[in-house]
Amino acid sequence: MSETVHFADGLALDCGQTLPDLDVAYRTYGRLSPAADNAVLVCHALTGDQYVAEPHAATGRPGWWQALVGPGKVIDTERYFVICANVLGGCMGSTGPTSRRPDGRVWGMEFPPITIRDMVRAQEKLVRHLGIERLFAVIGGSMGGMQALAWATTFPERVFAAVPIATASYHSAQNIAFHEVGRQAIFADPDFMGGDYAAAGKVPERGLAVARMAAHITYVSEQALTRKFGRKLRATDVRDISLFGDTFEVESYLRHQGSSFVRRFDANAYLTITRAMDLFDLAAEHDGDLTRAFAGSRTRFCVISFSSDWLFPTGQSRAIARALNQAAANVSFVEISTDKGHDAFLLEEPDFHAALRGFLAGCAAHWRRETA
Amino acid sequence: MRVDLRLIADMVATGSRVLDIGCGDGALIADLEARRGCDARGLEIDMRLTSEAIARGLSVVQGDADSDLAHFPDDAFDYVVLSRTLQAVARPREVLAQMLRIGRRAVVSFPNFGHWPVRLHLLRHGRMPMTRAWSRQWYETPNIHPCTIRDFFVLCGGEGYVIETWLAADDMGNPMRGRRVGWANLLAEQGVFLLRRAG
Repeated sequence: MSETVHFADGLALDCGQTLPDLDVAYRTYGRLSPAADNAVLVCHALTGDQYVAEPHAATGRPGWWQALVGPGKVIDTERYFVICANVLGGCMGSTGPTSRRPDGRVWGMEFPPITIRDMVRAQEKLVRHLGIERLFAVIGGSMGGMQALAWATTFPERVFAAVPIATASYHSAQNIAFHEVGRQAIFADPDFMGGDYAAAGKVPERGLAVARMAAHITYVSEQALTRKFGRKLRATDVRDISLFGDTFEVESYLRHQGSSFVRRFDANAYLTITRAMDLFDLAAEHDGDLTRAFAGSRTRFCVISFSSDWLFPTGQSRAIARALNQAAANVSFVEISTDKGHDAFLLEEPDFHAALRGFLAGCAAHWRRETA
Repeated sequence: MRVDLRLIADMVATGSRVLDIGCGDGALIADLEARRGCDARGLEIDMRLTSEAIARGLSVVQGDADSDLAHFPDDAFDYVVLSRTLQAVARPREVLAQMLRIGRRAVVSFPNFGHWPVRLHLLRHGRMPMTRAWSRQWYETPNIHPCTIRDFFVLCGGEGYVIETWLAADDMGNPMRGRRVGWANLLAEQGVFLLRRAG
């Protein structure tokens, strides 16, 4: 089961507000070494959570990165102490819109706007609580990659290696646009009740499901959708086709994605986290110069992108790699050839897995040399 | 490791910062890290080779010599290495200039188009040479800018680069005796040069 640590001193946020107290829900795998030098922080994406390497507490489905995290796997829990925390603003136990304020009311839509860096500051409190001065590695895909970048730039001395995967140093106009479509779908649901749906005992299921459906399209490539569904029809007889029913397989698939999502995710959390991603712009925090964000960094970076990812295209990862080169930082960068789109970082991709495994092994050798 | 890479490794000082352009699977940078304690990095255009090199624990960026060198700061490296790749880049002169901007020294090796079998092939057949080093048809070869050892001397002179040392090698990468450019240009399969900026 997930553990939760409570910080009574709260958290000061980028927006200027202060959360009066803070809960961070997390899972760990493997054992922390006596020197506390084998800790790997895995950061989850928009709709992920702390159940990275085990069946999900609510849905029973496999952990979202079970393919990579576990004994003998790419992120080897026999070697590394793996930590994954539910992000600030989430709905799986960490403080977020579903949490209660000191006066007992649920935050709901009044939860303050948070940033990726706020999420990282909450994780930093957890890492310190666990007695870890320096993380061996921070690894994450998509929004998790944004967190890895925020970690390496906010706490450079405390991150030996950072692996931002399928991500960008800022959320693009196109990505913000897709998020806005999702948010408007939630707002348009009458059960949203201006954000107070919990008090009314309602759930804006339709709006949240549509938001998930729209977002899910951006996670896959056209080739992957074509391979999986093509133009396959649900009905075998043309007379069974209705105008608005599940006519095509791809529609049925998306509806399933939407309906299963609303059972495990909160609409206000979705709004809060999508906004945090939209606000992410690492260069803007450094006078518009991404190179300055990495100036003097001693962290070893491995930037990975996927060729068919059109949500976080390779150009954005290459820009990160170039800024790191410009800052004379130690960086590896590879674009993995795949037709699986953005979701490739969650899937079976042997070249990706080999590169990540080797990068971590190389970093471990350097870490030993440095601390010897 | 390829013998010509061994020649290059011998030109690199212990403990230096090195960038290997077109590093392939990273054999040279792995050797420089292991045997010479260098901080060695690589640039490689091919995805599979890049991920193989990263999987070996090396710091390698997937990229292109023609467009990515511009993104490194001045004097970021002690040595920038380009082994048997100069003839395949789109703008060799600019690549050399970038190498000597981001590195204090450049190590360049290239197959010598003045090598006698190449000359003989062109003379006898009147067609683009096909030899062991130049093994692809003219219409599909990646080697779009072949040059001779003498050509390279002329280019370095024109650009004002100082040739600190150079050597000629046979096709196995074994260095050849003799220092005369004309003979090297005829008999050497490849040339290896250590350059620095003038002044």
